[in-house]
Amino acid sequence: MADARSAIKRPIGPRLWLSGGWLTLLVLGAVFAPLLAPKDPLMQDLFLGRMPPFWLPGAEPGYLLGTDSLGRDVLSRLLYGARVALFVGLIAGVLTCLLGTTLGLIAGYYRGWPDLLISRFIDIWMAFPPVLFSILLIAVMGTGLTSIIIAIVVIDWTRFARVIRAEAMTQGAMDYVASAQVTGHKRIGIMLLEILPNVLPTMVVLLTLEMGIAVIVEAILSFVNLSISTDDPTWGSMISEGRVSIHQAWWVLVFPLVCLFFTVLSFSQLGEGLKDYFDPVLR
Amino acid sequence: MLITLFGVAVIVFFVIRVVPGNPIAMMLPPGAGEEDIARLKALYGFDKSLPEQFVIWVAGVLQGDFGTSISTRQPVLSLVLGRLPATIELAVMALVIAIVIGSVLALTGTRHRGTRTEGAIDVTNGMALSVPDFLWGLLLILLFGVLWPVFHISGRVSPALDLPFATNFYLFESVLRLRFDIWLDLVSHMFMPALALAIPLAAIIAQLLKQSLKETMHLDYVTLARTHGYGENRVITREALPNAILPTLTLVGVQFTFLIGGTVIIERLFSYEGLGNMAIDAVINRDLPLIQGIVILFALMFTLVNLIVDLTYALLNPRLRHG
Repeated sequence: MADARSAIKRPIGPRLWLSGGWLTLLVLGAVFAPLLAPKDPLMQDLFLGRMPPFWLPGAEPGYLLGTDSLGRDVLSRLLYGARVALFVGLIAGVLTCLLGTTLGLIAGYYRGWPDLLISRFIDIWMAFPPVLFSILLIAVMGTGLTSIIIAIVVIDWTRFARVIRAEAMTQGAMDYVASAQVTGHKRIGIMLLEILPNVLPTMVVLLTLEMGIAVIVEAILSFVNLSISTDDPTWGSMISEGRVSIHQAWWVLVFPLVCLFFTVLSFSQLGEGLKDYFDPVLR
Repeated sequence: MLITLFGVAVIVFFVIRVVPGNPIAMMLPPGAGEEDIARLKALYGFDKSLPEQFVIWVAGVLQGDFGTSISTRQPVLSLVLGRLPATIELAVMALVIAIVIGSVLALTGTRHRGTRTEGAIDVTNGMALSVPDFLWGLLLILLFGVLWPVFHISGRVSPALDLPFATNFYLFESVLRLRFDIWLDLVSHMFMPALALAIPLAAIIAQLLKQSLKETMHLDYVTLARTHGYGENRVITREALPNAILPTLTLVGVQFTFLIGGTVIIERLFSYEGLGNMAIDAVINRDLPLIQGIVILFALMFTLVNLIVDLTYALLNPRLRHG
């Protein structure tokens, strides 16, 4: 058994490197988008609509990855789109993590009625189709980055709450918690100082995964035109436009799709890599 | 289970009542007077207080009356039931694809455990799991819709076809009526969205089943079967598999509900005329009664799947059967 397992786990190294590398590149691209982008991402030029990328015949110099149907530069929109994707991923991920972990800790450590209440909410939440739920919330709150972030937090907190609750229960039954209780520590102190540090690795892994999910949710919402205004460059709106003109201009769909694919894959591989790293049994 | 459904109903009902857009105003022609607005509001029951509206709605639902759609002015129930078969067929086809791919991968991985083949299967699984159905759908559109156009990329059935069907279970009925031309057309429309939905689930099945197969392979009764001189293939499929299926089954049930939830965006992506596509239109049109109906139906499907999984589990697990 041991030999087979180590054979499978060997690719962890390059996995972490590759995903970390892509995300670093993306962060740099997003931060320095105004310097790197060759064109204004909103600038339209109807005479330059659907120009192919530079290696194809008929390409327009200066538009490296071609243009969309309104003549907007695909590369510049990609770079600015990375800003939206990473911003939503980071903020929504962290907020979801805070809410879900707090509720999970309370349910798992305090048990009793808070647990009953929180668990009941988790059950109800699990019966909602998440994509439909997020679209519904956006329709209620109106489009915009804040709405997207709120929708993600409202829907995805259960991902954290479920796992953290189970972990907190396991930890709460351990001797070190009992001895802390015997020595007269306050329960909230025990929860924050004893239990929380022990669920931290799980939390970090879930957070990494959640950031990838948030990026996807944002893309899905802008795909159905419910994200921020349709002019603003987001990968989802580029994909939506590329889906329509797929037979005339495949590059409008392919480049944002590739970026989204690698970003989501990187977040999840980073999460898996961290999980292996934190899990002493697997190490 | 009922409490969960009730909770869903309460939340949907009150959440969408906060919608700022006024659906009534959108229905009326310009120049409609206050009186017309009030009449229309009364017609849809929007003039009553929220708790009153809720009680009326729940009473209706319990009698099978989901109200009238605002955008199409048809009964919600008939609209929703008209689309439901399309979504069920898509989801079931995806489930079948996922089970086939997942089991083949798991059995191959177990047969060749500890080799490069197993490593390759693990890496493929990892990839398939990390990327959601939405992205797989887009990739499939590019691969089999554009680069090598073998499948249709939008719709449920070619509009030119004359459909002699009595129900909306086209796929099922085309087989019954032996109309294999239509069946083929349906499949070539459904295959890509179903595959997109199936890929993540197939990876989960492969991973879980392989893991429990490997654990089962070390049990004494399997060793005993080996001493009978049975070959490796037979030991895996006949001896280990029946015992390894149970733990996989429970999780597949939960994952299948995620798959059903995924149909919403996948149907949109492939312009497939199912419930999910209708749901997005309903949200965009602010068609409150229709949204309520669809969400409740989805929640009902989720709970039913969970119930079926529990029952199947009890049926397959001898310890529960005789308990």
